[in-house]
Amino acid sequence: MNNPYIPFPSEILEVIRHTQKEYTFRMAYTGEVKPGQFFEVSVPRYGEAPISVSGIGPGFVDLTIRRVGRVTNEVFETYAGQSLLLRGPYGNGFDVELYRDGETVVVAGGTGVSPVRGVISALSEMDNAKDKYAITGFRSPSDMLFRDDLEAWEKRLNLILTVDGAPEGYAGNVGLVTKYIADLPLRDPASAKAIVVGPPPMMKFTIIELKKKGFADENITVSYERKMCCGLGKCGHCRVNDTYICLDGPVFNYVDARTMMD
Amino acid sequence: MGYVLTQEGFSDAISQLRKTYRIFAPVRKKGAGRFTDVDAILYDEVNGSEEIELHEKSDYSAKEVLTPLSETLFYFTEGICKEADLDTRPVLLFLRSCDLHAMKRQDQIYLANGMEKDFFYQRRRELVHYVLIGCSHSFENCFCVDMKSNVSEDGYAFSVDEAEGMYRINVLDERLDAVFSTAATSKEEVVPAHVTQNEVHVRIPETIPAEIMKHPLWDEYTTRCIGCGRCNFVCPTCTCFTMQDVYYSDNGRVGERRRVGSSCMVDGYTNVAGGGQYRKTQGERMRFKVLHKILDFRKRFGYDMCVGCGRCDDVCGEYISYSNIINKVADAVDAMEKEGR
Repeated sequence: MNNPYIPFPSEILEVIRHTQKEYTFRMAYTGEVKPGQFFEVSVPRYGEAPISVSGIGPGFVDLTIRRVGRVTNEVFETYAGQSLLLRGPYGNGFDVELYRDGETVVVAGGTGVSPVRGVISALSEMDNAKDKYAITGFRSPSDMLFRDDLEAWEKRLNLILTVDGAPEGYAGNVGLVTKYIADLPLRDPASAKAIVVGPPPMMKFTIIELKKKGFADENITVSYERKMCCGLGKCGHCRVNDTYICLDGPVFNYVDARTMMD
Repeated sequence: MGYVLTQEGFSDAISQLRKTYRIFAPVRKKGAGRFTDVDAILYDEVNGSEEIELHEKSDYSAKEVLTPLSETLFYFTEGICKEADLDTRPVLLFLRSCDLHAMKRQDQIYLANGMEKDFFYQRRRELVHYVLIGCSHSFENCFCVDMKSNVSEDGYAFSVDEAEGMYRINVLDERLDAVFSTAATSKEEVVPAHVTQNEVHVRIPETIPAEIMKHPLWDEYTTRCIGCGRCNFVCPTCTCFTMQDVYYSDNGRVGERRRVGSSCMVDGYTNVAGGGQYRKTQGERMRFKVLHKILDFRKRFGYDMCVGCGRCDDVCGEYISYSNIINKVADAVDAMEKEGR
């Protein structure tokens, strides 16, 4: 009998440091996986934490981990030359092909950039990358993640990189991601698609702005974060109404997500 | 096949069954209740028929035998994860009709929600056979009739009803006929007793509009409910758990991962790392729990989760009545419909 609760060891191939608190762990993994899915990362003695897939490549997945709780603290303390225990991948993830035709806007805040990093990279590789927009927001210039990717994306698609606040003399954009939506030079907002991932208040106000701009609810996709102890639809923590975020999500069409109430 | 047994005959049959099965049943624990000199009726393995409490509602439900409040899943020994051993002897589990219906809900979540079956639940579930305890009368706070869990026509190995020292048994699992026919004084048709009338009634609206989630009726529980989670732990249909790692103090490289019962009413249930929390007030948590039992589970699986055992009302230290809440929801829905919302 298959036991999905037993984690498997995965070698840490590389550690990419973004900020003091956020590193990407490149983990050995071969198998089907999509951006927006997640793994349960296990540190025996400290427990498990659900971490979304921030990158996929031959023989590896990237897990971008913020040092913010008991398990992730321990990951940072013990990672050197080690492996981590994983279960997964879980959840539905993003289907990149849905965003191939027409205009697409990805709005992501903070660690919310992780689950859509693969999507933005795919958009930037498309022939019509000029129709693709990414608005990425971070708390401050020192909180920026994926700096190499940001540079690469900027060359290929329309990237708006912004920070909530910055020290004096900072040359880039300062302001919340919501501020840039009204001025997006879209040809046809009514048929354009959007992906929104970030902290709950950021998502709420971003969706308000997108709708003001003329986006249709069915063209908006969101990804949700909840507490998850199992990833298998059993532990109950991630349930919202009749929806299990770990099974039915974390990626939802806004038509379904708009009626969900915790 | 139905059998009538004397007390001695029933005792012999149980002794005979114990050669093959481990038997779990409600057991009276002297003085273990919540108040001085009050007994508790808890599930435990029994050594003989005299230990089985057939006449009272158990304080906790039969689910504990399948999903213990704390269960070791596997052991960590340095790099190796080893599944916890399991006693593989088959089990007979005595329970009432409501709890038997509740087991269908447990199966639903653990075996049929999502693609993966729960390994640890399934391996126990395959060993368990149910024994239906007939209900000759309704207990305090029961509303099984309205929840349609008062009758169980199948899904059990045999049933037992005791009255005036005689035990009436209906055997559905033919493998057990031999045991009972040897011990019986007579054979006759036996229909397990079941309740047809409760004192408590609930009215569950056919359709519950989403606006109910924002209704002020939930607000009073923000002040009344203390978030102890007892209602979840006694509930035969609650399934939630949390993972917990335990390491041994004398060898820090060896430990185990457990899962422990979890309560959506207790603070911390929705907490994510970094400080996020999705339901903060007890009113919101009460709404989440109650609507799962009578609405959200039905939307996902087609039938109500609650079986009407009334244990949540029995156990609440703040005298909050869940059956009253259901009726308040029904009244609120009526009012909404009248207002044409």
